[in-house]
Amino acid sequence: MRFILDIARSPGGTFALVAVALVCLAALAAPLVAPHAPNAIAPVDRLLGPSLEHLFGTDHLGRDLLSRLVYGSRVALGIAFSVISISLTAGVALGVTAALSPRAVDLLIVGLFDVVTSFPSIVLALALVAVFGPGLGNVVLMVSIVFIPHFGRVARAQTLALRNSTFIEAEVVLGAERWRIILHHVIPNIIGPIFVLACMDIPVVITIEAGLSFLGLGVRPPLASWGNLLNDGYTYLDQSIWPALSSGLALMVATLGFSLLGETLRDTLDPKLRKAL
Amino acid sequence: MNDPVLSLKDAMVRYGTTTTVAGVSFELFLAETLGLVGESGCGKSSVARALAGLTPLSSGRLFIDGHDVLPKRRPGKPHARDKVQLLFQDPAASLSPRMTVSTLLAEPLKIRRDFSLANWQALLELGSGIGLGPQLLHRYPHQLSGGQARRVALLRALAAKPQIIIADEPTAGLDISVQGELLNLLRSLQAKLGLSYLLISHNLNVIGRVSDRVAVMYLGQIIETGPTQTIFRAPAHPYTEALLSSNLTVRADRRRERIVLKGELPSPSNPPSGCRFHPRCPVARPVCAKVSPELVRKPDGRAVACIFPVNETAVPHAIAG
Repeated sequence: MRFILDIARSPGGTFALVAVALVCLAALAAPLVAPHAPNAIAPVDRLLGPSLEHLFGTDHLGRDLLSRLVYGSRVALGIAFSVISISLTAGVALGVTAALSPRAVDLLIVGLFDVVTSFPSIVLALALVAVFGPGLGNVVLMVSIVFIPHFGRVARAQTLALRNSTFIEAEVVLGAERWRIILHHVIPNIIGPIFVLACMDIPVVITIEAGLSFLGLGVRPPLASWGNLLNDGYTYLDQSIWPALSSGLALMVATLGFSLLGETLRDTLDPKLRKAL
Repeated sequence: MNDPVLSLKDAMVRYGTTTTVAGVSFELFLAETLGLVGESGCGKSSVARALAGLTPLSSGRLFIDGHDVLPKRRPGKPHARDKVQLLFQDPAASLSPRMTVSTLLAEPLKIRRDFSLANWQALLELGSGIGLGPQLLHRYPHQLSGGQARRVALLRALAAKPQIIIADEPTAGLDISVQGELLNLLRSLQAKLGLSYLLISHNLNVIGRVSDRVAVMYLGQIIETGPTQTIFRAPAHPYTEALLSSNLTVRADRRRERIVLKGELPSPSNPPSGCRFHPRCPVARPVCAKVSPELVRKPDGRAVACIFPVNETAVPHAIAG
């Protein structure tokens, strides 16, 4: 609880908490929050501007944009959280292993990271999805692969910096088992920056998903995703700016919220910055 | 004499081409304090790290309580190294920063598969004996003062039930009054628990005050060793003499004429020929550059590695081939 208060202390942190809470709430309580059914078509009401009935207006099939955005947040956050948890776990495991292993293993893992990172992330995700086919499951898996080196690199660098520190040596002298040193002493001390990275990567994943959906390789059309909404809005931009604007706005709020949360988290997690007692 | 609790034989420690410990042997006996002195860079910390298992010996053997340390240490299985604990020079840095004091203290017990309420309470009792109150248990290392961190590190070492404690510069960064307090604490623990200490310091006052025996290191080798009083009163090696003369004492009657050594400590990667001390030695003779002297035991209990020891009717002893 005090932790959240610490984050809220700065204006950026307050905005971040509100934005993230808003997006998470929308995703969790979509059926309760959305004023209309997200896929209810009403050709008469197509491309309306904002009104009391449709707060953000309607799209080219007369569907309520706010409801679609609310349901879209489920897709966005669902994909983002799955991708981040998979790539964070795999990345930390690989990175810590690389740092604590003999040189050959280290080189192999770092080489793998290099191969993955040598492609721009959206291009690699695109290529992988093109090869393995679109669809939610594939998108999550492929984007996760793209993000593993992100976490792996940071985990490795942090572990390398930590490996010869006195408190790890103190554990060795005590006779601590390898797993104990890794789980109790290495990971808790490297995880701060990695959580920060995770927070900052969430918006990137959201935009990659939106990008893939925009290109027709992500979430399939009737399902509302911010990328799909943006794509539709783009197609009808000459008739109404509301579909493009509202989905862009949703992306922006979510992206900014998570990025700022990441930054505030970074400052808050550093125990030395926290005042004693 | 009893069997030594620790015996190091011809130990060498190499880092790449640099040999920081070049053939060091010594023994440590039960409830004894051995002081290892020498200037920075002489290899005393390397000795400490090798004894604690942080640096492998390039050659030589180490026996702890009669057991060779060579077999691999396996979690939960007894090992010779379990008997050795190291107090690091910077105790605050030796505490894992994201653990509370109570987790830190419980850890050695858990590693030894020895955690029980009775043992935990015994540890806390030992803790209050060394001035660690229960109010510190929920603190993090960065919330501790230097002295508190030192006590936590010490209690953690004691929780591992060692027989031997190696203390690397135990008084570094403490002011004189606190130094005295700490040394008294170490002594009372020794009397209570029968610990053997290896104290590593460049501070001769500290070593002289608590050590039963001293070993003087120069450039990776022990050049003189013996009972503290014997050596402090009448050093036999010119280096020991110079080292003692540089020491500040408040008592005028014990003040010696200061001997200032020429030059710098040579690089351990390219040590001088013969006696390693000869380029800086005030009494060196040509033979010193050729023959490297062995530690030779003297009747007064000391051993010295010098061809022309001071404070002795200079009879050059066995000049090996």
